[in-house]
Amino acid sequence: MIVAERKPLEQVEAMIDGFERILVVGCGTCVAVCMAGGEKEVELFAAELRMKGKLDGKQRTIDEITITRQCDMEYLEQLAKYVDDYDAIVSTACGAGVQFLAERYDEKLVLPALNTRFIGVAEGAGVWSQRCMACSDCVLDQTGGICPMTICAKNLLNGPCGGTDHGKCEVDGEKDCAWTLIYRKLEKIGRLDTMRKIQPPKDYSLMTTPGKYTHEAFKETQAEDEE
Amino acid sequence: MSKDNAVQPFEPKVVAYCCTYCAYTAGDLAGSMRLEYAPNVRVVKILCTGKVDAILLLRAFEDGADAVYVAGCAIGDCHFLEGNLRAIQTVAYTKKRLAEIGLEPERLEFFHVPASDGPGFADAANEMTRRAKTLGPNPLRKSITQAAGRKLAKESDEHPPLPEAVLGKLIHHSERTTVG
Repeated sequence: MIVAERKPLEQVEAMIDGFERILVVGCGTCVAVCMAGGEKEVELFAAELRMKGKLDGKQRTIDEITITRQCDMEYLEQLAKYVDDYDAIVSTACGAGVQFLAERYDEKLVLPALNTRFIGVAEGAGVWSQRCMACSDCVLDQTGGICPMTICAKNLLNGPCGGTDHGKCEVDGEKDCAWTLIYRKLEKIGRLDTMRKIQPPKDYSLMTTPGKYTHEAFKETQAEDEE
Repeated sequence: MSKDNAVQPFEPKVVAYCCTYCAYTAGDLAGSMRLEYAPNVRVVKILCTGKVDAILLLRAFEDGADAVYVAGCAIGDCHFLEGNLRAIQTVAYTKKRLAEIGLEPERLEFFHVPASDGPGFADAANEMTRRAKTLGPNPLRKSITQAAGRKLAKESDEHPPLPEAVLGKLIHHSERTTVG
């Protein structure tokens, strides 16, 4: 899941300064789960903006709507009948959602209300941590299900660096050393021999942005469409 | 009329979200004990303070409440184990949102009021009324009627129709599996 956090209110206030009619668009998928931009959060955020506007003596309208997803055109289509009424749209989606919304309604100003953090998991109530950096070449089979690309601050693929300190990382003493975790895990499942294998140099070209991917099953129809 | 208003002292409106098991029962007890407390408090009975959400508290202020408080069970006494602990978190979070907007966070508070504590219930009501009187009226009160936006109606998502089976009928997965 993509994890994001809300920008400070004053930052969004500065973005929408001078606009009278504003639509806050929520996204009901990843950011709803990480309590940043779902229906509930949009309700709270829009209420805050309304109250702030009134306290500052502004005459402005903040409307709100939350759609299922902002990264699919089908769902963005639902906004078509509303957007013309607004001077600006504030999106509480991840960066991808904001961009797709701006692409669909390209005559409108679309503003981000969140800072997108990472692909991660929910560690506990209200706590998320990064687990994947989308390197496009997964090595988790070799590392006992612990990602050295993400968990190791230096993205090392062949064992720890000299900075490992009793299971902690030299970059940040609070963080675990990925390779200590990997060693312990492989020891537990009796696969320590996989650590002897030398990982070839990582193909970082796969991580060149912007990434694009077409599902095998759709490649032919895609080619036909282009013809 | 304005002259009348000038002589009338400010009487705040205070909203109290009280849990049915502890604070609300304490309110009953305060009545039975013939305790006198600020009449400014409007009690909203809720099943558990764990139900309280930031938006619920913010809405009260949006609608002109001068002070709002949540009264729940003592630590460890919640009927639903941790509802009051959640409410403490929610209130702390909402206080930050209030500060962000520009309203005094002191207008909002959480109180532990056990069912046997009638005087505690009266103290909480008096304390919040006193705070509201010190801070003055909620500045949002004068603009309650000013329209500032709403929630738009969302249509349910359209799902594409299931494809017609061209080659034979679609078989349910359970029909596929053979037994024995």
